[in-house]
Amino acid sequence: MGEGRAVVVRHLTRIEGHGNIVVDLEGERILRCDLEIVESPRFFEVLLQGRPYDEAPRISCRICGICSVAHATASVQAVEAALGIAPGPRLRLLRRLNMAGEWLQSHVLHVGFLVAPDAFGVASIVPMVASHPDVVGRALRLKRLANDICETVSGRHVMPISYHAGWMGHWPDRAALEALAGRLEAARADVDGLVDLFAGLTWPVVERRVPHVAAVEEGGAYPMMGGPLRTTAGAVVAPEAYATVLREFVVDHSSAKHVTEAGGETIRVGALARWALAPERLHRRATDAAARLGLRPDSANPFDYVAAQVVETVQAHQEAAHLVGLLLEDPAPEEPAAPTRPRGGRGVGIVEAPRGTLVHDYTIGADGRITAANCVIPTSQNLAAIEGDMRAFVPSLVAKPDAEIAHGLEMLVRAYDPCVSCSVH
Amino acid sequence: MSRPRVAFFSFGSCEGCQLQVLSVEEVLPELLGAVEIVNFREAMDDRRDDYEIAFVEGSLIRPEDIAEIQRIRARARILVAIGACACLGGVNAMRNRRPVTELAKAVYGGRQDGVFAALPDASPLSAVVQVNYEIRGCPIDQTEFLAAVRSLLAGTVPAVPPHAVCVECTLRGTPCLLERGLPCLGSVARAGCNAPCPAYGAPCEACRGFHDAPNFEALGEAFFRHGLTRSQAGEKLQLFNNYREVREAWEKAVPSSSGT
Repeated sequence: MGEGRAVVVRHLTRIEGHGNIVVDLEGERILRCDLEIVESPRFFEVLLQGRPYDEAPRISCRICGICSVAHATASVQAVEAALGIAPGPRLRLLRRLNMAGEWLQSHVLHVGFLVAPDAFGVASIVPMVASHPDVVGRALRLKRLANDICETVSGRHVMPISYHAGWMGHWPDRAALEALAGRLEAARADVDGLVDLFAGLTWPVVERRVPHVAAVEEGGAYPMMGGPLRTTAGAVVAPEAYATVLREFVVDHSSAKHVTEAGGETIRVGALARWALAPERLHRRATDAAARLGLRPDSANPFDYVAAQVVETVQAHQEAAHLVGLLLEDPAPEEPAAPTRPRGGRGVGIVEAPRGTLVHDYTIGADGRITAANCVIPTSQNLAAIEGDMRAFVPSLVAKPDAEIAHGLEMLVRAYDPCVSCSVH
Repeated sequence: MSRPRVAFFSFGSCEGCQLQVLSVEEVLPELLGAVEIVNFREAMDDRRDDYEIAFVEGSLIRPEDIAEIQRIRARARILVAIGACACLGGVNAMRNRRPVTELAKAVYGGRQDGVFAALPDASPLSAVVQVNYEIRGCPIDQTEFLAAVRSLLAGTVPAVPPHAVCVECTLRGTPCLLERGLPCLGSVARAGCNAPCPAYGAPCEACRGFHDAPNFEALGEAFFRHGLTRSQAGEKLQLFNNYREVREAWEKAVPSSSGT
């Protein structure tokens, strides 16, 4: 019988929120391999109950600082579905532009600030300010651009202001859009430089095939604004029936719920899943980046989330430039869209947040107040897969010292870019 | 000259205020040159406890948060609360009038043990420890954060605007939302954010708390005059200002009808 051994990482770093890695080994046998989620429950689903629906995007965006635009968007789409409001074509463009800005912000923060230190063997971006000023400067400029896109559309990136069902509280004028167009054009070299940086890096390989899930919208656009849920196992599910692909349940060691398919199978969502389900919908620049990064569409290696996010950084930049161009063709504010079911009912709003499929499911009463709310968060959907991948990764690390096992597992968890406070909400 | 050692911590929150800190892109290298960050879990592996200034985000929600904030207080010479959750209780305190058993039943099938445990009230840091300075807002404003850092480095007290958000709307030229019948709290809310919400089509929800002389009776009257009800003012105030000591300031003047 092997010797008992415990590897514990308390409060994982360079991720959002509080999580611990707890692994108990007996020789090569894994007795326990958990990602404990110890984040504070904030009970957002209860907070929404009783509130007027117009407040929903502004309350629910407070679930998450990093993906607050995704929450506001899913929220406003849930309200629109409940009230039978069809947002106009240019409103949809404006919302998509803001989502592209958030993808850019979130992906650049993750790959450029939180993951890059692993590639350079340092503990944070701080020493890189002196050692690699070009790498840091590029990431800072791209993040600034992303923040400015969101600020132009919704007043600020963290907690967007202007979201209402059927209309936007502010419409960027021609000068603001032209300024963005110029900045986006000038940022091409920085985006290309980011791809070059990551094309030169290698990561561990943990091949583990599980169904990948994303909301793939109707039409030919890359998955971002929601639609039927599709899985790499071939399932197609309408948004209102999301629970058959995304079944939530409570586990002992996590204040974030876990999620599996209805049959109990672990799933992955996020950049790697979108890439697996819709590679043909990427712009050529993004496809070229995938080729340079050596990213295969059938990748089952979670460390490839990083490369997939770099590919989507290119896509988000390309889309933002395209969307600004379309909005400039007619920058006058669009007329608000009116409810066709003012007495309310149930509505499901889905978007592809930077980390994956995000669901807001509301019921609105005849008095315009929310009577029930459920939010299904991408990081929750990945937690079971992360633990499965940790189990698959441990055997290749078991001969190493505890600190190296811990470091390897931290890198694996970080590759998923978990948003822990969001997952608990 | 040695640089001041600074740490960042978070309790129950979205960590958006720390993200605001990371989003001061143009001056981040300069900031990193002026202070030594010894603990910032969201961004770095290093974790030292020899900090002088602690910036703390979030509300106290889990039972173990009490001992943890006391530990931080004991080590920090200066404790700065950042954001609405840490300064006021913020959105977390919206649930404070409901029993935790009811919340746990709605979200966790009734589980209140282990990782599911929550205190009866989500509270601001000042409910448990002495807070030296507050940087308010949901999220915090970057300009204000940097100004506070500069004054802490200079050994002066960070300035807090004493006036109402209405003043900033007037300076910006934003037409009054209340006059259009929207439930705006700008007349009682503390300024300093430069009033982005009314300018982007949303009423002020007083995420920065109240200015030095808020008049809640007058707020109720103004709501009534513009076709709203007094209880709508109370309901709006629940969004960020529902922690019991904050709530005491307004609830007699504008009682809210809803159960939260």
